Amino acid sequence: MAPDAIGLSDVTTADGYLVVLSIILPVIGILLILAFGGRYAERIALVLLVSGLVVAIAVFAAVLRDDQSLVYIVGNWKPPLGIALRADGVSAAMMLTIAVVICATGLYARGEFGQPYATVPTRGSYVFWVLLLGIWSGLNALAVGADLFNLYVALELLTFAAVPLVCLKGYEETIKAALRYLLFALLGSILYLLGTALIYGGYGTLDIALLSSRVQPEPIAWIAAALMTTGLLAKTALFPLHLWLPPAHAGAPAPGSAVLSALVVKGSFILIVRLWFDAMPGLLSFAAAQLLAALGAGAILFGSVLALRQARLKLLIAYSTIAQIGYLFFIFPLASGDLASTPWSSIAWTGGWLQLFSHAFAKAAMFMAAGLIAEAAGHDQISDLRGIGRALPVTIFAFGLAGLSLMGVPPSGGFVAKWMLLSATVMEGQWWWAVIMLVGGLLAGGYVFMVLGNALSSNAPPVLRAFIPRHREVLVLAVALCAVLLGLVPLQPSEFLTIGRPNIHTTVLR
Amino acid sequence: MISATFFGYCGAILVGLGLFGLVTNPEILRKILAFNIIGSGVFLLFGVIARRGAAAGLDADPVPQALVITGIVVAFSATAIAVDLLVRLNKETGQTAMSSDDPSTPANKGSPGGA
Repeated sequence: MAPDAIGLSDVTTADGYLVVLSIILPVIGILLILAFGGRYAERIALVLLVSGLVVAIAVFAAVLRDDQSLVYIVGNWKPPLGIALRADGVSAAMMLTIAVVICATGLYARGEFGQPYATVPTRGSYVFWVLLLGIWSGLNALAVGADLFNLYVALELLTFAAVPLVCLKGYEETIKAALRYLLFALLGSILYLLGTALIYGGYGTLDIALLSSRVQPEPIAWIAAALMTTGLLAKTALFPLHLWLPPAHAGAPAPGSAVLSALVVKGSFILIVRLWFDAMPGLLSFAAAQLLAALGAGAILFGSVLALRQARLKLLIAYSTIAQIGYLFFIFPLASGDLASTPWSSIAWTGGWLQLFSHAFAKAAMFMAAGLIAEAAGHDQISDLRGIGRALPVTIFAFGLAGLSLMGVPPSGGFVAKWMLLSATVMEGQWWWAVIMLVGGLLAGGYVFMVLGNALSSNAPPVLRAFIPRHREVLVLAVALCAVLLGLVPLQPSEFLTIGRPNIHTTVLR
Repeated sequence: MISATFFGYCGAILVGLGLFGLVTNPEILRKILAFNIIGSGVFLLFGVIARRGAAAGLDADPVPQALVITGIVVAFSATAIAVDLLVRLNKETGQTAMSSDDPSTPANKGSPGGA
């Protein structure tokens, strides 16, 4: 077959091995834990967390320095027969976010799943560390995959690590929640696989870069895209396929919820973006983009209103995740670009990704804060949390800071992201999305203040069930501050997020 | 000789039947089986695509067959996790079906031991 004319190199770059390391390091950790037994799970995991963070920083630095993607051709078999791993600017930023959130979660989880020296480890702690590393490996594989089937395997790796995390406590409701999550995920993955089969049948390759120049707007591509997108939406929990998310994310132990809500749902979102912008740019029509964004708008309104009606803190945060996922889908109509510019140079491209990163930090901080509150108070009924702000001032402050990002109030990454998306609605003349975003921001303010209002409403500190050490509170604050610090990025399209993007245009029909 | 198109239709029918079962049947074990029926349909479709040799004009394309093997492993693991969760649910509650969203009203459908 003649190589297609595309602007992407398919040779391994000098630092390409870093991409492989990012995927196999967590797996090495899992194997070590299995070999040495659960007693050392925490210590092995912590060593791997640090080295994984170093690799993620190295990938980020290498992409920044070289101003091009890191590429690794597995086994030196070139696509279409072989598999390429490619870390572009978006992947590198994603991997850094993943690494920071996972490391923070790992440190936080020592309070719940720590294994003090010379004690018999519980089964829960053993499994938790293995699953955390499994999720990390799956997410990194999703961030750098450049082959639709390879991405399918990464997606399944992620799902199989995420589902057991939900029912780690083994309660009846959590097992039900995990089963529901798994059934949605299985339906999603099999639809995705069916779409993959159709694409291979139609175009003879699954390499994303090769597909971008081959896929034509024709029935087989439409059907494949519809099947794969529907499958991935079920995994991303976009309205109306969100039913599994609240019980699953609220039922998991706090560090598990943090990872599930902050990162795992984003894994399949990256894949949707890769599909529409990278693999099938010719297919992203005005109607398709509007439909995706309309579902996102539904998620924002529905998720926010239901969040307002929750009595339990963790369920409120879970419904807020559904709403915040909705914003991500505005990237499709607003960043679709035109004949003069690529989608990546648009402000909505940067805004969309920034929303993803800042929500990751904000939501991780919120679930961690909720975990500390539940540990201290012994429950998480919002109406009974009066005065908890006296007992856990740092935690409540962190919750509030994370809330700023969800509402889109400065200073926060969420503000910059939503501001960029709002500007894009004006520039693209799609004012209707701006209305949804403003209403969503108001509703988010409603549910954040509902919690803060209760927590700060009484001067008498409540009787605490457990003492929360100050360093755990400070850790949560540090994660929330990451979301705030993202607010310092300049209000313009980011050069970094365009690194390694192909120079192709979507053909938006108006 | 039966044409590849015939098997393609068979795959489509399997996918349709499985999808119907997965969506309509509340029994979890049947949902898991329905998932596997969809899976079989998809795997058959991969076989059909291999036969058509769409990639390089070969007699039979080996790539989809390699994909199917991976797909089967994934479907097997998924089924194993789902069945294990179902067994645990059954031990805890005696239920084998997806109840309504409200956890405060146990559905108590059917007798335990559906697995």
